[in-house]
Amino acid sequence: MTQELDTLYQEIILDHYKNPLYQGLREPFEAEVHHVNPTCGDEVTLRVHLDDVDGVLSVRDVSYDSVGCSISQASASVLADLVIGKPVTEAMAIHAEFLTLMQGKGTVQPDEDVLEDGIAFAGVARFPARVKCALLSWMAWKDATAQSQQGSTHGG
Amino acid sequence: MTTQTTTTGLLPGLLPELEVIRADFPILERTLAGGLPLVYLDSANTSQKPQCVIDAMVDHLEHHNANVARAMHQLGAESSEAFEAARDRVAAFIKAPSRDEVIFTKNASEALNLVANTLMWATGDLALGKGDEVVITEMEHHSNIVPWQLLTQRTGATLRWFGLTEEGRLDLSNIDDLITERTKVVSLTWVSNMLGTINPVAEIAARAHEVGALVVVDASQAVPQLPVDVVASGADVLVFTGHKVVGPTGIGVLWGKREVLDQLPPFLGGGEMIETVRMERSTYAGIPHKFEAGTPPIVEAVGLGAAVDYLDHVGMDAIHAHEQAITGYALQGLATVPGLRVLGPLDVTGRGGAISFELDGVHPHDIAQVLDSRGVAVRAGHHCARPAHARFGVQSSTRMSSYLYTTPGEIDALVEALAYTRSYFKVG
Repeated sequence: MTQELDTLYQEIILDHYKNPLYQGLREPFEAEVHHVNPTCGDEVTLRVHLDDVDGVLSVRDVSYDSVGCSISQASASVLADLVIGKPVTEAMAIHAEFLTLMQGKGTVQPDEDVLEDGIAFAGVARFPARVKCALLSWMAWKDATAQSQQGSTHGG
Repeated sequence: MTTQTTTTGLLPGLLPELEVIRADFPILERTLAGGLPLVYLDSANTSQKPQCVIDAMVDHLEHHNANVARAMHQLGAESSEAFEAARDRVAAFIKAPSRDEVIFTKNASEALNLVANTLMWATGDLALGKGDEVVITEMEHHSNIVPWQLLTQRTGATLRWFGLTEEGRLDLSNIDDLITERTKVVSLTWVSNMLGTINPVAEIAARAHEVGALVVVDASQAVPQLPVDVVASGADVLVFTGHKVVGPTGIGVLWGKREVLDQLPPFLGGGEMIETVRMERSTYAGIPHKFEAGTPPIVEAVGLGAAVDYLDHVGMDAIHAHEQAITGYALQGLATVPGLRVLGPLDVTGRGGAISFELDGVHPHDIAQVLDSRGVAVRAGHHCARPAHARFGVQSSTRMSSYLYTTPGEIDALVEALAYTRSYFKVG
């Protein structure tokens, strides 16, 4: 059974859990969202800062404050590491790829070139009760990014 | 798996024929992934079902199925008789003065919502408005919080709360400030689903009755493990759910004093709850049917009747003693796990069989996952009691909960699995 458990708790996940990247709430930001997982009580407050980089709208920063299990905490760390510095369109593609992996019930082969450390979550997809843990911060990021884009449109 | 056979003699209060009891519950024989035996410590969430309950429901569906009180044929008569016999059995089980005071609902949540909603529409003494107060406690399940929030928000009344002591008991030091002439309803849990605390319901009810308040008791965790006499409890209304008393899901019970139920207006409108229906207006049936619109949970009632018969046969005093013995043993075992903090009373006196705890360095979800990989089923999260968790400064907890089929060996398995969890997450 330890083997089964190890597919869920990959070393990469435990590393991100113990030493999360980009943790904490920072300025500047265009949107801040608060997402909760009502069944377990996990929560994340997440901020997104978008900016033009060489004429391309890009993710300049993702900062967050969260309480939750190892899967949800590690997932926020991996998310921030993956999308910071990327054009928004590319970050959204990564988001879509991660969502497909998590909703694949363990049948989807992850693409390491796209998801990097995110491939460690392939095992989580086999535990239906934990998929929502892995997706909490990703859904928050998508929401905040959409709000940031609306904000930047309004702001000119 | 280790069983109680080696330790029975050491633990006074254990059910003497625990192996026989366990054999009544077929699910306890199953194994989990990897061939591991099931260690089911989630009975406060839902209890397992004995064969007699399963058989009663199958027999009803196979041989007596028909709608109740509407079908003018032999099957209809048999089904109606089985349904109403279940009401008699439940009434006897909780010592209700009248069978008509036992209303079948969908679950305890629906029963509490029925009371809160009908109070919103009530006239006369029971009506609520600005300046009136409803008093609940910080240890309530969400189903005994949200209906009262809705009621007070909608009527302009004020919601007030009993606080908790560090030990996880109700803080009654300000009872005379909380329960006053303005109090219209006092609603509280008899046994906390998170902290395990058994509350002094009769004492609080006596104070509430001095000021003329209605006393509502959530007995969802009490009826499974304590001998219950609804009149002695002090409640005016008492609710519980079927699936926690070895019965099926889909059925709950609302008991209320006749004078209260008669005074409350109808809840859901529909078939069965009427006397006559005319286009201009309808008149309503008396209790219990007044509150049972539509086709009721018939086979579930049959199952619940068999369930309370089963518990009666084992004996609620014996079940309570067993829970106390197991809970005491579990509290001792959990105390040996480094970094573990129990949320709730550490003394087995005045507490029930649910024990929530924190483990330093490991999130409850992760604890539950590792325990599950060892075959140990517990619950992790806020257990629908967020205010109580907030009171103790935690977001969630892990909860083990025992029942009449739980063995000391299963508690040993939990304690071992917690030690394994610590080593897996490299804490300590």
